This record gives sequence, structure tokens and C-alpha cells, in this order.
Amino acid sequence: MATDTHRAIEAVWRIEAPRLIAGLTRLVRDVGVAEELAQDALVAALEQWPAQGVPDNPGAWLMTTAKRRAIDRIRRDETFRRKVEELGRELDETTPDIGAQVAEDDGIGDDLLRLVFVACHPVLSTEARAALTLRLLGGLTTDEIARAFLVPEPTVAQRIVRAKKTLASARVPFEVPQGDELAARLSSVLEVVYLIFNEGYSATAGDDWMRPALCEDALRLGRVLAGLTPREPEVHGLVALMEIQASRSPARTGPGGEPILLADQNRARWDQLLIRRGLAALDRAEELAGGKPGPYVLQASIAACHARARHFEDTDWARIAGLYEQLAEATPSPVIELNRAVALSMAFGPAAGLELLDQLIAVPALRNYHLLPSVRGDFLAKLGRPAEARVEFERAAALTRNERERTLLLDRAAACDQPM
Amino acid sequence: MRFMVITKATADSEAGRPATTEEIGTMGGFIQEMMDAGVLLAAEGIHPSAKGARIYFDGEKKTVVDGPFAETKELVGGFFLVETKSLEECVEWFKRCPITRPSDGEPTNIEIRQVIGAEDLGEQFTPELREAVEKRDAQAIWH
Repeated sequence: MATDTHRAIEAVWRIEAPRLIAGLTRLVRDVGVAEELAQDALVAALEQWPAQGVPDNPGAWLMTTAKRRAIDRIRRDETFRRKVEELGRELDETTPDIGAQVAEDDGIGDDLLRLVFVACHPVLSTEARAALTLRLLGGLTTDEIARAFLVPEPTVAQRIVRAKKTLASARVPFEVPQGDELAARLSSVLEVVYLIFNEGYSATAGDDWMRPALCEDALRLGRVLAGLTPREPEVHGLVALMEIQASRSPARTGPGGEPILLADQNRARWDQLLIRRGLAALDRAEELAGGKPGPYVLQASIAACHARARHFEDTDWARIAGLYEQLAEATPSPVIELNRAVALSMAFGPAAGLELLDQLIAVPALRNYHLLPSVRGDFLAKLGRPAEARVEFERAAALTRNERERTLLLDRAAACDQPM
Repeated sequence: MRFMVITKATADSEAGRPATTEEIGTMGGFIQEMMDAGVLLAAEGIHPSAKGARIYFDGEKKTVVDGPFAETKELVGGFFLVETKSLEECVEWFKRCPITRPSDGEPTNIEIRQVIGAEDLGEQFTPELREAVEKRDAQAIWH
């Protein structure tokens, strides 16, 4: 029975932690202290609930308990009291009742959004932002974060402690950035959410089974964010992108965990529910973007082209090539150009792709990127130039760090000797 | 983990009595809360069984029987699709579901069932799929 209650407490924590920490941060203006208070309340729940049962309104119980701890702490700790007073906050020493809690729920959305911006503040490293976001807004334990990122638990714990210290010493305000600052800060938030998603989505090493959970965490964070900032096209764009990419998860790996590329995926296994959700989010994003789509909306549009094609042959490559062109304008990158070359070759033939590709050969960032010679070899082979294709495949094989891929590329190189 | 949460039909829902404004409001609030938390994927209410049908399969023989169906408490009244970290989290969410007592005073229940996901199908790959794996090609970088 005690274990059942413990599992129920864990579940309540997952649901309530973000709101609890957000509400407490508003009170004490320090995420580190707020999280400690929330943890104290969790400990109290672990002590009391197994005997007394889970209360009817567990969220309010946790908040009331945490606020009492805050008041105790202020009584005990003179320095802490001064700090809180400095910030112009006053803590009501009477015990907050549950009715008042419910009334306060109205402002909780704003507090959550403030917490998002604090956890993703640019003063922190990207890894720290990701860990802190999962901890404070995803309700994940340090151990879960460590397993998700395949790093030792003490590393994550330390990362989080340091992040909280950095936020405190930088006196990062608990507020939603305004004006010009908003766009930059929002993109820092989106970057973190997409990083978490990709950590789960593009992983090929380690214990694979834990990784889809990370995609789910990122999606959940993205959906929360979309609810908090309903007017931001890029937020809906990112949600659309993640929903559509996640829809392919069941078709992306073979029985041995090996990756299956888009062209070869069994589209019947794509998750139609996530596709519909993704397309709906994309509609909203495009409407809000008003003809000026940002990078996430464009990437989601590309993903949507694939999602709409029932068969690989039905893919609208001309549109995809056009979207990559827009994306390259918004965020110039040789890797995007490489993708555009592939789309061009699919739409207009290998010669069109090769033309763009040849302009990329001199780009330093792609010098050791195995996909450039790999794609070039493919175009050349299709154009009936096997000798040149062979050289490219061999070069790509020498550059890749993936064994499976190397074998495959050497096979393709060898195949160039066969009469066409 | 994905769960299908099934609410059951009641004498009221089978009689087609519409929900009150208040009931719609509280249920709407609950649904909004789950949406805001990013856990709700879909939710639908369904019409009384009188508007539905059943197809009975007996080997090759198929028989269509129109509703209504008798065993009210066993019928589906509506469903939610949610994505949570665990069964326990799903249970904690739905303990908050504003289910009102039907007018006949009978108790009702909500059934929580886990949806089968890719991880459950690990071994059951078709020969076509295996072939597709072998066909895989390093030419493209889209995922």
C-alpha cells in the first residue's frame, strides 16, 4: 500500500511540480530556493500521505505546505528575510487557505511562463538550460535527466546546482521579457525544447528505449508553451515540427534498432493522430506568421510535405526545394543547401542537384562532412558517371564515423564498377 | 505512454439527455487543464447507442445489429487519448475528472487502458519492413 502511495505521490509531483515551483518563485524570487521549498513539501507528502491518504486537492496541499516552510524559513533565517524584503515581497504569515489557492491559480499561467524564461536564460549553457527546464518544468528527477542524456547523475545534479547559482548571482529577474528582447529570449527557449526533442529523436547510441520518452517530454513542454504564448507563430511552428517528426517514430527504426530513412519507411506506421495535430498547429502558425514564416514554421512546412504524401513517390519535391530556399535565406547554412540540392534532384533530376552541390564543395564547414560526397556520388551515379561516383563514395566512406554506413558506402563504390 | 481513457454510458447518456451548461463548463475546464499541461491528445463524447450499430463476426458470417444495446454500464460513453509518464500519472489526472452522478443515482466508472506503442511491437516486423531496412541507402539526410 505504501508503494502505491509513493507512486501516486510521484505522479502528483509530475503534474504539480511546475506550477508549484512557479508559484513559489513568484514568492521568493529565487528558483533555487523555490525548488528547495517544493522539495520540502514533497518530503512532507512522502511522510504524511502513506498514513493519511492522498488529499483531495494534492496541488493545494503541496503549495500550502511549501508556503508554511517558506514562512518558517523567513522566521529562522534573518539573511533570507532581508533578501525577500529587499525584493519588496511580503509574505502573509497567516496560513494560506485552499480557497485562496484556487483564486491564485488565475495568475499561474504567467508564473509558468516567467519560469520558462528563467530556466532558459541565455546566461546559462545550453546543457544547463535543458537540464533545468526538464527539472523545473518537466517534473523530471535528476536521475531521469541523467539517463535521458546518457551522463552520470552527479554531472546533472552539479549542472543544475551551478545553473541555479548562476541565475541567483546574475540576479535574473522573474519576468517575461518585453519588446525587442522577447524574440531573442523566445528563440533561446525554443532552442532548448528542440534540443531536448532531438536528443531523443536522433539518438542512435546507448539505451534506445529511454530516448522516445525524451521526445515526449519535449512535445509536452512545447504544447505547454503553445498554451502560454498562443500568439507566437514560431512556438506553434516548433510544436508542429515536433508532432510531425514524432509521428514517424514507429517507422524510423528496424528490428535491430537500425535507422530506416524516410524513403524506405512504412508510412502505414506513421502516427496519424500526431500528423493531424501537427498539421493543425502548422495552420495556426502560418496564419499567425502572416506570410513571413520563421525557421521553425518553414521546417514544419517541409515536414508536412512528407506527412501529406501517402507514398514516397507522391512527395512534392518542388515545394520542398522552395521551402529549403526560404529556410536558407532565413538561417543560412551549408547543411540546408545540401538538403535543398537533394530536393532539387528529386524534383528536377540529378543534374539540377549537382549544380547546387558543386557550389558547396569549397565551403569549409562541409569539408569533412561525409554526406556531401555521399550525395554527390549518388547524383553522379544517376547521371551515368560511375568512375567519378566511385571516388565520391570512397571519400564518404573514409569520412563517416558510422560502421554500418561505411559498409553501405563501400558497397555502393564497388557497385560503380558494374556495367550499367 | 499513451492511454485511452474510456468513460461509460449512463441511463442519462443512453436516453440522450444533453449535459447541463454547468456540466459542459466544468468538463471544459478539466479538458483545458490537460491541454495546458500538454497531456491531452484527443477527446470525444459519443452519441447514445441507439444511433449506433454492431457488426457480429461469426467466422465468415457477418450480422449487423442496430442499437440501442441493453447493457448500459458496459457501453462506451466517450473517450480521451492522453500521453503521460505512467499509469499513475494518468490515474492522478482522471481522479480530477468532473464526473457527475447520473439522475438514477447509479455509480459509474472510468476505464484506463494503455495504448500499444512501437515499443510493444518490437519483434513483429513484417517481411516487407525487413526488406525495406535492407534497402536503406545513405543518399539522403532527411529524417
